[in-house]
Amino acid sequence: MSVAGHAPPPFFKRGPAPLVRLAFFVSLSLFLLIADLRFHTLEWARLVVATVAWPLQRITWLPIDAAGDAGTYLSRQATLLRENEELRRRQLGTANLLLRQQHLEQENKRLRALLDMRARLPVEGRIAEILYAARDPFSRRVIIDKGSQHGIAAGQAVVDDIGIIGQVARVFPLTAEVLLLTDKDQAIPVEVQRNGLRAVLAGAGEGMMELRFLAANAEIQVGDVLVTSGLDGVYLPGLPVARVVKVDRDSSHSFARITCVPLAGVERHGLALVLGSRTELPAQPDDAPATAEQPTRGKRVKKKVR
Amino acid sequence: MQPTHASRRILLPVRNWFIVLTLFLALVLNLVPFGRFPGIPDWVALVLAFWCVHQPLKVGMAAGFVLGLAMDVAGASVMGQHALAYVLLAFAAAGWSRRVLWFPLSQQALHVLPMLLGMQVVMLVTRMVSGGEFPGVLWFLSSFTATLLWHPLTYLLLMPQFRPEDKDVHRPI
Repeated sequence: MSVAGHAPPPFFKRGPAPLVRLAFFVSLSLFLLIADLRFHTLEWARLVVATVAWPLQRITWLPIDAAGDAGTYLSRQATLLRENEELRRRQLGTANLLLRQQHLEQENKRLRALLDMRARLPVEGRIAEILYAARDPFSRRVIIDKGSQHGIAAGQAVVDDIGIIGQVARVFPLTAEVLLLTDKDQAIPVEVQRNGLRAVLAGAGEGMMELRFLAANAEIQVGDVLVTSGLDGVYLPGLPVARVVKVDRDSSHSFARITCVPLAGVERHGLALVLGSRTELPAQPDDAPATAEQPTRGKRVKKKVR
Repeated sequence: MQPTHASRRILLPVRNWFIVLTLFLALVLNLVPFGRFPGIPDWVALVLAFWCVHQPLKVGMAAGFVLGLAMDVAGASVMGQHALAYVLLAFAAAGWSRRVLWFPLSQQALHVLPMLLGMQVVMLVTRMVSGGEFPGVLWFLSSFTATLLWHPLTYLLLMPQFRPEDKDVHRPI
């Protein structure tokens, strides 16, 4: 017990008790977690910290870059020659299509002008290099080397030479985070190329995707190619997305379980093309009278008796 | 001789700038983009646990919180995920420090393993609750590699505090 007027010597002062400090920091962390997960209000803080830490982060890539460079240096000439030949062959194969594409685009433009439709703006793309996969093991994200300084904006689609790989989720000044198609939070509206059946494709983790909410008797079969339907206003219509690999029509569930694999090299790394934002879709039709008749949530639905 | 409480070795007092420097270097090591390669230890967690065990009065939950925020931004994860896990880790490490330091290094590592695994479980729970994807069992491998590194890390981080062992017959310690 301390005598009045005699404070304990300063080396006994240790601040609040550990449990008090623990409670303080845990509640602060939980507050941050909820603010970020529920309300997405911490993007500015993330932007500030990421910008300050950018030079440091760039330095840490050096060993990985050096390892990659050494690997390229040691790759044999034969590999390069084979690759070159393969590329030339593919270029010849697609030259025919490319030439016709220009012709078709011209024709399409004329026809659209004839029909007095709004001319579709050509979508410009920006080539970006996928730097590395983000460290977070709970989501599928990659970092690309173009950011808001290069005109990248959140929501833009990212494609490679085969199909869609994902969507820009966060933009920093010199880098951007791309949420891959296989992430569990990512959904993309698609249609079956064969018959135009529309559905929503969502990531299922571990490199797979799942076609959700299709009835058990929906007309879909293994091997069907899914392309974007363009209904969302983010992705251009007709871009290849995935191929159906397994259809499980269990009659005990109302929906079929349809598993798909992405066509593009979603989990591989290399170059990618970030497509520019699409022009805005026309506003949704005003459906106020329709909603007025619908019962609000929580009320019981009463059938009208006539 | 091993630097534990049970040994007779007396260490020099630690320098504050050395603690800051090692934590900073651990952060830099964590930023090296290994992607999803399994078994890469969480350097920040390991060094933080080390200093919380050895210097619980200097390094504690505040340091864990700040480092956690830095990791959250750098690793593209949810804000507060690493912060929460590191704060709990720092609490456990500082609370156990008086017990842990009496054991030889291999048994110290066995005390550190459940702390690191608990930290990973905290992260797993926070992300699975919010609808994240299960990262696979191999993800837990990083705690085991970190545990194996406890022995060399102890010598590395305590090296500036060792003093030459000159036997003086007139002074017993």
